[in-house]
Amino acid sequence: MLSPRRILRSSEPYVFAAIILLSLLIQARSGQFFTGNNLVDLVRALVVPALFSIGCMMVIVSGGIDVSFTAIASLAMYVTDRILLSSDYSGNVILAYAMSAGFGLAMGALNGFLIAILRLPTLVVTLGTASLYTGLMFGAFSASASDVPPSIVQHGKETLFTAVNQQSGLTSNMPSQVLILVAVLILVFFLLRYTMLGRGIYAIGGDEAAAERAGFNVRAIKMFLYSFVGVLAGITGVARISMMAYADPSTMLGMELTVIAAVVLGGTRVTGGLGTLTGTLLGVALMTILANSLILIGVPTYWSRAFTGLVIIIGTGVTARQIGARQIGSTRRRGQSLKTRA
Amino acid sequence: MGKPESSPVARKLRGPRDQNLVRLLVMLLFVFALMTVLRPNQFATIADFNSMMRQFPEYGIMAIGISLTMITGGIDLGVVGTANLSAIVAAKFLIAAVPQGSPPAVVLPYLAVAVIFALVTGLACGAFAGILISRFNIPAILATLGTQQLFTGIAIGITNGRPQSRLPLLYSKIGNTEFFDFFPLSFVIFVVIAVSVGLLLSRARFGTSMYMLGTNPKASRYAGLNNASILLRTYMLSGLLSSVAGLIMMARANSAKADYGAPYTLQCVLIAVLGGIDPNGGFGKIAGVTLAILILQFLSSGLNMFNNISNFYRDVIWGGVLILVLVFNQLLSRRAERRAVRKGAA
Amino acid sequence: MAEPVLKVEGIVKSFGGVQALRGVSLEIGPGEIHCLAGENGSGKSTLIKVISGVHEPEAGHIELGGRRFARLSPMEAIALGVQVIYQDFSVFPNLTVMENLALNMELMDKRKLMNYRRARSIAAHAVSLIGCEIDLDERVEKLSVADRQLIAICRALLQDSKLIIMDEPTSALTKKEVKALFAVIKSLQSRGLSILFVSHKLDEVFEISERYTILRNGEKVASGGTKDLDLRTFAFHMTGREFADEIYRPAEKPGRPVLSVRDLSLAACYSKVSFDIAPGEILGITGLLGSGRTELVETLFGILKPDSGTIEMGGKRIAIRSVKQAIRKGIGYVPSDRLTEGLFLPQTIERNAIVSVLDRLSGPLGFLRRRAVAEMTRKWIAELSIATKDPSLPVRTLSGGNQQKVVLARWLANELSVLILNGPTMGVDIGSKYDIHALMRKLAAAGLAIIIVSDDLPEVLACASRIIVMREGSFVRELDPATTTESVLGELSTGVA
Repeated sequence: MLSPRRILRSSEPYVFAAIILLSLLIQARSGQFFTGNNLVDLVRALVVPALFSIGCMMVIVSGGIDVSFTAIASLAMYVTDRILLSSDYSGNVILAYAMSAGFGLAMGALNGFLIAILRLPTLVVTLGTASLYTGLMFGAFSASASDVPPSIVQHGKETLFTAVNQQSGLTSNMPSQVLILVAVLILVFFLLRYTMLGRGIYAIGGDEAAAERAGFNVRAIKMFLYSFVGVLAGITGVARISMMAYADPSTMLGMELTVIAAVVLGGTRVTGGLGTLTGTLLGVALMTILANSLILIGVPTYWSRAFTGLVIIIGTGVTARQIGARQIGSTRRRGQSLKTRA
Repeated sequence: MGKPESSPVARKLRGPRDQNLVRLLVMLLFVFALMTVLRPNQFATIADFNSMMRQFPEYGIMAIGISLTMITGGIDLGVVGTANLSAIVAAKFLIAAVPQGSPPAVVLPYLAVAVIFALVTGLACGAFAGILISRFNIPAILATLGTQQLFTGIAIGITNGRPQSRLPLLYSKIGNTEFFDFFPLSFVIFVVIAVSVGLLLSRARFGTSMYMLGTNPKASRYAGLNNASILLRTYMLSGLLSSVAGLIMMARANSAKADYGAPYTLQCVLIAVLGGIDPNGGFGKIAGVTLAILILQFLSSGLNMFNNISNFYRDVIWGGVLILVLVFNQLLSRRAERRAVRKGAA
Repeated sequence: MAEPVLKVEGIVKSFGGVQALRGVSLEIGPGEIHCLAGENGSGKSTLIKVISGVHEPEAGHIELGGRRFARLSPMEAIALGVQVIYQDFSVFPNLTVMENLALNMELMDKRKLMNYRRARSIAAHAVSLIGCEIDLDERVEKLSVADRQLIAICRALLQDSKLIIMDEPTSALTKKEVKALFAVIKSLQSRGLSILFVSHKLDEVFEISERYTILRNGEKVASGGTKDLDLRTFAFHMTGREFADEIYRPAEKPGRPVLSVRDLSLAACYSKVSFDIAPGEILGITGLLGSGRTELVETLFGILKPDSGTIEMGGKRIAIRSVKQAIRKGIGYVPSDRLTEGLFLPQTIERNAIVSVLDRLSGPLGFLRRRAVAEMTRKWIAELSIATKDPSLPVRTLSGGNQQKVVLARWLANELSVLILNGPTMGVDIGSKYDIHALMRKLAAAGLAIIIVSDDLPEVLACASRIIVMREGSFVRELDPATTTESVLGELSTGVA
């Protein structure tokens, strides 16, 4: 399975190499990259995009594309926050997660219904529902930045450990939300690799008609997929506000496109069927390093966005080239005949 | 199984995609009537029409640009970045070159040059995206996602994020002129663009080649069409239109900023799809897109008149309507196709 | 005779008022290879879908394993031992061979979890049933078409099958691969399975099947033992028309060549190919898939660029650097894969027909002249007898043969001196096939130089005035169709003396 040729054909090594290169560059320029506190800060920064990217990757692997997950996360967390605040909730934060997950489930299920049952195109449907949900949030609920119940604040303050930077004296706390990310990663890894549901997602991304004929319940699988993405989004929303100790309904909006870029950079094929969690994580790591650490090599913050854009373009260009090479290789091989011991 | 000779109008409106136009028209009239009934003293007044005509050209023109790229099977998510960058280029030039307090006669040529700079920027941005897509085979979604970030990033970089607002007054004066005291310049520009692009698509060979490329790029190559050239020209056109939109925004706001119009991208895609542009490529008419633009504008303005209903409800309605229209379109085109297959395979 | 494995009687099926099957009956015995033949629209696909449970018949019944059914569900059909291998094989290109083989079984066993060790043993077992060596861990998208088909067959065998239905299994295979497939089919037969084989190629009907059934317009028009069948009777039953087969001879001796190719080479595709073609000639180029024949003609059309060698037209050396240039020099090309390379399926017939002459049909400002467009479309529909009432319908509403005619019209609308056709009658019903052949002869007689690339040897022999055989990139020999046979051509293509 792990022949050297196969490794070189996938994108992950290249992204990994890019990360290493970038890290070394930053370390050389500032001496601050490989410090404990910087690394912890990076991990903290990537928890939310990584959680988003997992669901996003699953959808793209199935051959679709979902741009509504940030809207779902925002609306779910906002409604949860308001409810808990207005009822003066002071209990365990688990309820907040559960409520938000529930709202996320309902919103994701709507996507699932439109896409799986009514068979509407995914990009446009999720554009529509994203519009619907943000409209509801700002319109019906007149959402604005708001406080957060104390238990959530408490949860946000929980740390796994603290990293101290000897030189600057800065300390960074590894947030306990990282555990949620790890748990989701393990769950989804198991789901995608060891369950028929997971294999079904890949099968649908490969050839939906064939999946239907093989006996996969395509509608049910897709319905699950989008609902699951909704649940993940809901959980991510609460994780976000707990880390910020503050519920601003618009902070997560606009992240969709960078998350999708990270997923694609990590080797997931836009047309579906191929994609790994490792690659996706690497893609998110790269994007996070870019967003957070450019200042350490002297790139002024004003130029970071342009830089990110350039990276997306170069990264996708390289991936596109790889796909092209793969196709030429396979068509040349089509001339070969069977190897049969008749 | 002969069909009776139908009238030219009926024949023109036969396909399910043409019926889409009729549906949009009905929807438009419905929204119009609804708003007029609910707010008779505010909606459908001259002042209101005038105000609407000043609002929609900027995103309407970008919606047309996005529609063109979608017809060729791609999408241009970088329209807003291009618009802002073009406006900022023009603004920086004007601020740097025009001495303060100059009389209009002196300023005018500078304005012309600034406009040209903006348009050239738009063409260049479009060309860049077009090359990424046609030469490097980067999928359009990703390439224009990248260019959106890149162009906005450059705009932020060269302005340090600050709005460019010390523009010569003459610019917004000209930009906000109204013909016959009623039709804003931006509206006239929109009409000219909509009509010319519409004609381009329906009557010119470039338009036909765009539709064919969007339907099947492989067959298009085998048929002798120059795919790369068509794509490049399409994205350059989209870039050009975006720069026009940017100039219009600058006239209205009397300044240029790197992050104006951020929600427009999503809106324009929705408008295009609602207007009948097939996201897979190959189909769609500017007439439909125009109707969709008007529907959105009527809704927007109408909702504005209800003080206790937030504008964000428009997004809710918009999202809901889009989904309903999608469902409807899908069901209808599937039914029409089944009928056609049975008739045609005789 | 032993009890039939499958018997259908009086099957009637309509779709929205159109009768696809009007009372069809069919019988297949155990261990029998039976060919189901018919033009497009004859009802053969519908019949297969009824037998495999995808469609419910309105009348008639199905007998499987001695039991009678008025209707079946797909699951029931599979449980009764009926397996269908569709033309696209229904494989997952992004998954490994192992997963492709094992997933169906796992799903049938209603498993929720994926056990890779179990999957591997299932896959290994499946592959051993036929005895082929394929890397189980390879992603299917990297395999050749023939290998993918093998996987589909192995997968079908995993379930206890009694009848395997194959829908046009040879349409994407080379001659060598077809031979290998037939060997596999024979081995299945020796194991007691019956095979229902859908095909419209007469040579295959003869070679592999013992009995045949021909459908036309939803009715069975003939059936019997294949040893009693000949080409004329076959063609008659398929179309209801009589055809004469003749060899094409240009009316006059060919004059100066319009196109000359000398020592043309392209690395890894073909090397040092030379030939001439004069107006009025039909040059047939044949060879297996991979012989370089397609790459050669695509070079002439500007899709590929040669490494060395010369191309001359009318005595002058030319360079063809793009498709547009090729067209301007008067070369047209009808590609082999009509559906993905030739047609814009959802677009109108009119647009499909005029797409290559947009320049000629537009005025100085680049606007199309509507009337000219309509006239041109009308003209070609009439000249080529394209069966449609309305050129503004999408071209996908036409049958395969008519679609091919639209592609032809597109080229004939140009002023061509050379027309290249690659596999022009693949997947085309026999009636349109003869129409297209007749058209080619007519065009050649009018002065066009035609190159036809095909591995359908009877077609090559019937149409061409000269034949070139290619093998593994090299020019093997030029032959005269009057003095050669299919087996000679076949041997030269494969290199087996």
